[in-house]
Amino acid sequence: MRNFEYARPDTEAEALEFLADHQGQTAVLAGGTDLMNLLRADLVQPKRVVDLKPISSLREITAMDGGVKIGALVTLTELARDPMLADYRSLIDVVDGVRAVQVQSAGTIGGDLCHLPNCWYFRNGYGLLGIDGAESLVSEGDNRYHAILGNQGPAKFVNASRFAPSAIAWNAKVRIIGPAPDQAEWVPLEYFYITPKTNGQGNTILKPGQLVSHVWLPDPGVLTSATYEVLQMQGLDWPLASASATLDIENGLVREARIVMGHVAPVPWVAQEAARFLLGNPVNDDTAGRAADMAVARATPLSMNEYKVQLARTAVKRAVLKAAGQWEGVNLP
Amino acid sequence: MSQDPNARSGPGFNRRDFIKGSGAAIAATAAVTAAQEAIAQDAPAKISTAGPHKVTLQVNGKTHELMLEPRVVLLDALRNDLNLTSCKEVCDRSACGACTVLIDGKPIYACTRLAIECQGQKIETTESLANGDGVDVVIDKFVEHDGMQCGFCTPGFAMAVRGFCNMHPKASKEDCRKGLGGNICRCGTYDGVLNAAYEAAQKGGA
Repeated sequence: MRNFEYARPDTEAEALEFLADHQGQTAVLAGGTDLMNLLRADLVQPKRVVDLKPISSLREITAMDGGVKIGALVTLTELARDPMLADYRSLIDVVDGVRAVQVQSAGTIGGDLCHLPNCWYFRNGYGLLGIDGAESLVSEGDNRYHAILGNQGPAKFVNASRFAPSAIAWNAKVRIIGPAPDQAEWVPLEYFYITPKTNGQGNTILKPGQLVSHVWLPDPGVLTSATYEVLQMQGLDWPLASASATLDIENGLVREARIVMGHVAPVPWVAQEAARFLLGNPVNDDTAGRAADMAVARATPLSMNEYKVQLARTAVKRAVLKAAGQWEGVNLP
Repeated sequence: MSQDPNARSGPGFNRRDFIKGSGAAIAATAAVTAAQEAIAQDAPAKISTAGPHKVTLQVNGKTHELMLEPRVVLLDALRNDLNLTSCKEVCDRSACGACTVLIDGKPIYACTRLAIECQGQKIETTESLANGDGVDVVIDKFVEHDGMQCGFCTPGFAMAVRGFCNMHPKASKEDCRKGLGGNICRCGTYDGVLNAAYEAAQKGGA
């Protein structure tokens, strides 16, 4: 690991000051579950690491503007235990899927939303696009875990965030602060992620010197939600495909629906047609299945990941059924 | 350096002491060049330069002062500077759990924490489970259920179970199975570990 300066700001403004030095060649440290591996693999070379952990405002969960504001440093454990978040079932499902107390204790919601892709070409130094010269290593190589949607451009990785599908299905916003110490802006999480056209673009709208300070979710009201992650085995791993659904069901019929898929595209994939189909329908095995068919209808799998189309379909169907209280789960052997 | 000269037994020459000795020499050289910074360090600075700094760690109830660069991870500080080698380096990328320690009671991968981040926090390694007259219930249960084979993953597993029990007293077996997926055992002793974890959790982690 290269050497770096270590900074411990006490306030958000101070964090932005510390991030601005070294022409922005600085990195934000929260739980460390992603950054430490990026540093070790020499994929980022910050001159300074800014540790946000002393900043108390980033640890709070408070009511705000008809919703709840969650500090970026709130850990997975804290999120799953906070009474104010008990009705956001789809987020708690995500915590349950992270099968390691170590990651639940250290990992933060802000860190998860900003987690860089796990694409093995990226992690081995070929950039987000996984290119060597003009050749796409992903198209020509082992792409079993890569995108099945939104993959017709040069980017074929999948977005790594596990919370993003559920948070977007709740119409979450993120508060981006910086680069100036007094700059702050609320942005819908859906528009936070981008599909890069070049290796230098990054996969979010964050610019050097900026960071995500908070996440906001609207009051759950009568809405119900669920996340279904398809995991390869029972241990700690990333989902092969996931889906989150947020539903408003009145008198047995769907009045409002949001469905977002994860780990299938370079960005969390909003399944608009599937959600629209559910409107006015009851949720049952047939309608959930037809919505799921729509969610993956435009999939364009790569040479080795056609199997993910079925997994994504299953994730959508089960997330919808689960959000409607109709999925009891499968019994493990 | 902070190394307690009595902490090691015997004057013998072995690989670990040789490596540690040469490391200490390098650190000492660096400490001289960083002397001026260290003077300004008495009140913890908000920005620590890339050189070595005085880092105070509370490990297993003892306070240690080390000279460490910001990039040194807690795992390396525990093993190389404090000789607490129960904390194992295996994957070095937060996937296998062999380096699990408790920080303020919570199980954390020591390979993904900078030592400098941990100042002011209470760090516990597996050595802490055998303090005093007896051993922690987690160790008792590991022995009872034969939750180990070669033993290399065991200290990390024991700390993960210890931390899990702190967080989830009275956990069900399914809870244990879900929560303890962050450790890997190549010998495949999972069944024994699961039973040990379950029974330790039933004891409320006490």
